[in-house]
Amino acid sequence: MSGASLRRHLTSRVMTVLIVVLSFTAVLALVLILGNLLVKGASSLDWAFFTKSPVPAGQSGGGVANAIAGTILIVGLAALIGVPVGVGAGMYLAEYGAGRLGFAVRFVADVLNGTPSIVIGIVGWTFIVKPSGGYSALAGSIALAILMIPMLARTTEEMVRLVPHSLREAALALGYPRWRTSLKVVARTALGGIVTGCLVGIARVAGETAPLLFTALGNLNFTTSVTQPMQTLSLQIYVYATGPFDEWHRLAWASALVLMGLVLVISLTARWVTRARYGRIR
Amino acid sequence: MTQLRSDRIYQRALTAFALALPALILVILGVLLVDALPALRRFGPSFLWTSTWDPVAEVYGAAPMIFGTLASSLLALLLAVPLALSVAIFLTEFSPRWLRQPVAFLVELLAAIPSVVYGTWGIFVLIPFLRSYVVPPLKALLGWTPFLQGVFYGNSLLAGGIILAIMIVPYIAAVSREVLLAVPTSQREAALAMGATRWEAVRTAVLPYGRAGLIGAVILGLGRALGETMAVTMVIGNRHDIGVSVLQPAYTMAAAIANEFSEATTGMYQSALVEVGLILFVLTVVVNAIARILIWRVARGAAVGSKAL
Repeated sequence: MSGASLRRHLTSRVMTVLIVVLSFTAVLALVLILGNLLVKGASSLDWAFFTKSPVPAGQSGGGVANAIAGTILIVGLAALIGVPVGVGAGMYLAEYGAGRLGFAVRFVADVLNGTPSIVIGIVGWTFIVKPSGGYSALAGSIALAILMIPMLARTTEEMVRLVPHSLREAALALGYPRWRTSLKVVARTALGGIVTGCLVGIARVAGETAPLLFTALGNLNFTTSVTQPMQTLSLQIYVYATGPFDEWHRLAWASALVLMGLVLVISLTARWVTRARYGRIR
Repeated sequence: MTQLRSDRIYQRALTAFALALPALILVILGVLLVDALPALRRFGPSFLWTSTWDPVAEVYGAAPMIFGTLASSLLALLLAVPLALSVAIFLTEFSPRWLRQPVAFLVELLAAIPSVVYGTWGIFVLIPFLRSYVVPPLKALLGWTPFLQGVFYGNSLLAGGIILAIMIVPYIAAVSREVLLAVPTSQREAALAMGATRWEAVRTAVLPYGRAGLIGAVILGLGRALGETMAVTMVIGNRHDIGVSVLQPAYTMAAAIANEFSEATTGMYQSALVEVGLILFVLTVVVNAIARILIWRVARGAAVGSKAL
C-alpha cells in the first residue's frame, strides 16, 4: 500500500472510531439520566407517596396523590380537546391538502411545533385565565391542547398518506361516496398510526411544565374540580427540586421517576400499537 | 362531476379543523402584540439593548436575557452538533444492522424525557459533577481566558448550556438521521466504486448531498434551545447580567417569563415580560421557518422529525 493510500485508510479508521465514541457518549448521557432517576427515585417511593397529599413544608412524609390525579385529569382533558382538532386538520392535509391552503396549514403546523411552550403559557393566561377571573385546570388543559394540535396534524397526515391509493380507488369504484371512503376505508386503515401519533403527542404534553405555570398554577390540596387551580407532577417537581428542603428533593426525585414512567408507558404503548398493526416497518 | 352534498359537508368540516391552525398562530401573535403594546410604546426599540431591569423604577430592558438566550443556545449547539451528527452518521453509515434499532430507540427515549426532569437531574447530578470534576481542571487549563473568570457556584451559563445540549442532541440526531436516510444509496455506491474509503464516501458523497437538510436539523435544534424553559430556568442562575464568563449565572428570555410572570404586579412589568415573550416568539418562528425551508428542500414536504417532537 502506498503512503497516501495508507494515510487515507488511517483517516477513515480514525473518523469511524471518533464517530462511534461520540455516538456512545450521547447514549451514555441517557443511560446516566435514567440510572440516576431509577436509583434516586425508587428509593423514595412508598405507599404514602401515591395515596397522600403534600404535608406542610419542612415536615417529612406525605405524597403527591394530588399531582398524580391532576396530571391525569389535565392531560386527559387536553387530549379530549386537542385530538379531534389535530386529527381533523391532519385528515384535511392528507385528503385535500394539495392546494395553497394545505401548504399554508402545513407550514403553520411546523412553525407552531417549534413555538416555545412558555409563550403558549402567556397566551393561556391572557386568553383564558384573565377573562375567566382565575387560574384553572381547564386553562391548563387548553394550553396543552394548543401544543398538541400541530403535532397531531402532522403525524396524522403522515400516517394517512401511507394508505395505498388502490384501497381508496377500490372503495370509490364500488360507489362509496368520498366522505365514507375517507372515514371508513382510509382513516380506518391508518387508525393504528393515528392512535400512535396521538399517544406520542399526549406523552409529550404530559411532561410539560411551562404552559401550566400561569394556567393550572398548582395546588397543594387534592382537587378534581377543573375550574380550580390544580397540581400536576411536572409543577410539583419544579417546586420541590428548586426548594430548600431535603424532604422536598426526595419527593422531587420520586415524582420525576413516576412522571418519566408515565411518559414511557404511553410512548411504549404507542410503539406497540404500531407494531401490532403493521409489523416491523422500519 | 358534481360533488355530493355529504361530501361537501365533510370537506367543510375538515377545512374548519385545518383553519384552526392559522387561527391559532394569529391569536398567539395578536395576544402578544396587544399585551406588549404598553411596553412597546414606552420603551421603543431601546428595549432590545437596555440592560436595566428594575420593577421598582419601572425601567425594563431585555438585553441580558437576549444575550443569555443566545449564549446558552450557541454553547449548547457547540456541544450538541458533533454528538448528534455522529449519532446520525453512525446509525445510517457505520452501525451493524442489529444495533440500529436499539440505539435509535435509546436516542428517541432521550427526546421523551420531560424538561423538568432534565432540570432536576441538572440541579442534583450535573452541577455537583461540574463543581468537583470539570470546572477545577478547566480553570487550571484555561483559567486565564475571559470565559472562565469568577467563582463557580453551580448555577451558571455553563450548566444551562450543557443541559440544553443534552436535550437537543436527540432532536438534531433524529432529523439528521432521516435526512441521511433520504440520501440515495447510489451516491454512496458511486463514491465507493471510485475507490473512496468509507469515511471519504461519507464526507464527499453523503454529507454534501444532505447538507441543506443537516443545516436545517441544526437550526431546528437551535430553535428548540432558544425556547426551552424549565430545565434552563432551574440551572442557569437567573441573574439579569451580561458577562462572557460561562461560570457566572445568566438569564434567558424563557426563564425570565417563567420566573417573574406570575409575580408581575404592575401592568408595565407584565407588559415588559410579554414583550420578552413576543421577541422570543418572533425569534423562534424565524429560526424554525428557515430550518423548515432547508429541510423541505431535501425531504420534499414530508414531516421529517415529527417523531422527535
